[in-house]
Amino acid sequence: MAVSPGHFMLARLDDVARWAQSSSVWPLTMGLACCAIEMMTVTSSEYDIARLGSEVFRSSPRQADLMIVSGRVAQKMGPVVKRLYDQMADPKWVISMGACASSGGIFDNYAVIQGVDTIIPVDVYVPGCPPTPDGLLYAVNLIQQQIRAGGRGGILARA
Amino acid sequence: MTLSATPPPDVISQTENTMVLSMGPQHPSTHGVLQIVLEIDSENVVKADPEIGYLHTGIEKSAEGLFWTQAQTVIERMDYLAPSSNALCYALAVERLLGITDRIPQRAQTIRVLTAELTRIASHCVWLGTHGIDLGAISVFFYCFDLRENILDLQEATGGARMHPNYVRVGGLNGDLPEGLLARLDALIEKIPGRLRELRGLLQANPIFQDRTIDIGTLSPEEAVQWNVTGPSLRASGIAYDVRKAFPYCGYETYDFDVPTRTEGDAYARFLVRLDEMDQSIRLIEQARRRLDTPGPVMIDDPKVALPPKETIALSMEALIHHFKLISEGFRVPPGDVYHSVESPRGELGYYIVSNGENKPYRIRTRPPSLYNLQALKGIAPGNLIADLVVMIGSLDPVFGEVDR
Repeated sequence: MAVSPGHFMLARLDDVARWAQSSSVWPLTMGLACCAIEMMTVTSSEYDIARLGSEVFRSSPRQADLMIVSGRVAQKMGPVVKRLYDQMADPKWVISMGACASSGGIFDNYAVIQGVDTIIPVDVYVPGCPPTPDGLLYAVNLIQQQIRAGGRGGILARA
Repeated sequence: MTLSATPPPDVISQTENTMVLSMGPQHPSTHGVLQIVLEIDSENVVKADPEIGYLHTGIEKSAEGLFWTQAQTVIERMDYLAPSSNALCYALAVERLLGITDRIPQRAQTIRVLTAELTRIASHCVWLGTHGIDLGAISVFFYCFDLRENILDLQEATGGARMHPNYVRVGGLNGDLPEGLLARLDALIEKIPGRLRELRGLLQANPIFQDRTIDIGTLSPEEAVQWNVTGPSLRASGIAYDVRKAFPYCGYETYDFDVPTRTEGDAYARFLVRLDEMDQSIRLIEQARRRLDTPGPVMIDDPKVALPPKETIALSMEALIHHFKLISEGFRVPPGDVYHSVESPRGELGYYIVSNGENKPYRIRTRPPSLYNLQALKGIAPGNLIADLVVMIGSLDPVFGEVDR
């Protein structure tokens, strides 16, 4: 569509606001284990998470919208993850990346928390050990869809 | 060279002019979940105490509950940048316990060398990319991860998974190289040297990079030995110790390659050694590739260890029984203990394995190179700026899956 001066568009404010919010979900720089390497890979040129507007990894939880729990959460790391989640400003979302973060995975032992959802709420689970970068991109996509549909955490959320 | 190490005391003692700062465990530049308890005097580090264990996974304990072959699955997840090195070291150690080291097919050993060296390049790519980001050279990351992606594609073709292929097995390999892989490998071999030259061009003569790394985190040869540093970090201090040369495995003694060393011992020297190492890896890959034209078995011919060929199961009662036994209860390893080490991208990776004759390991103790390399941080950090600490951590290349296990 050619845009020239004088043209205008009509839209519902809800839709525009949700579109804007869903296109700038900034993840927290929090790498835990193997999955963190695949989390880094989504920012590389082959996968390029910038297409979704989520390439801005923030190191401070205060500036982040999305926590990607990328890997096994050890008992010692659990309180740290919880604290980081608490420090993130609302609205916030969580992706549990990989088998270990989702359920403890193959490490059913004394050292690993059996699923990060036992300490923080999770929006999307990504299967895999580790999941492919495409899997993580899809998870971010699902969060975007959730926001655009007016789901939990979104601006002007219906829920 | 004196070997009487006097490590600094563990307890942080705060004086009037200093403050204690916690760096990590969530920090963009600690390469994982490392916490460093810093005592700082304005911007200067007085004392740095690495606090580890935030990724303690109990891998060694988990492995005790799994069959010998299954244990490899958890072991690959220790050093997740070089899973094939872990699998290789474990397989070689168990093979020695079984007494089958000499009977591993030649082709399997060659492909093992190939995967180990490809893994080394992929691992160094991650190291260089993240090291670059720490220093503000973000474009390096994209070049490195593009190269790594090419290697992971091959890895995916061999084992089915991008990062943890579980391709190297006790007794040989999971299977032969898939059809068409050698052609893809040839294309990659042609591509990699140019890519490595590009990476060199981006950083080696870059004045900002040099300013940030030269004379930073200098390890003298004596200190490096005292701190038990191995791998590229040791060789950057002038000691040419490489497990591939000192205690060859998989036929490394039949390959023609050099062990690059530097004498400066600083972060820049470690950078150069790793770059040179990647060039040597390509040499090794080329030599291994030339040996792969003749087909051959890739798994030991021993029904007590290796699964029988699938087509024999329907025809031979014996094969069916062996298959059933191996799947349902695994193989047994004679009682005894063994230590075996390989040169992983980070240094000497070793497994001390004890067997009590059962179908599961009795005890597995790892010697993770990252753990020993990381402890040198305590020695080199004091007296530097906080910003340089990031360079030092990056140049030691720790992987926390391996440090904490």
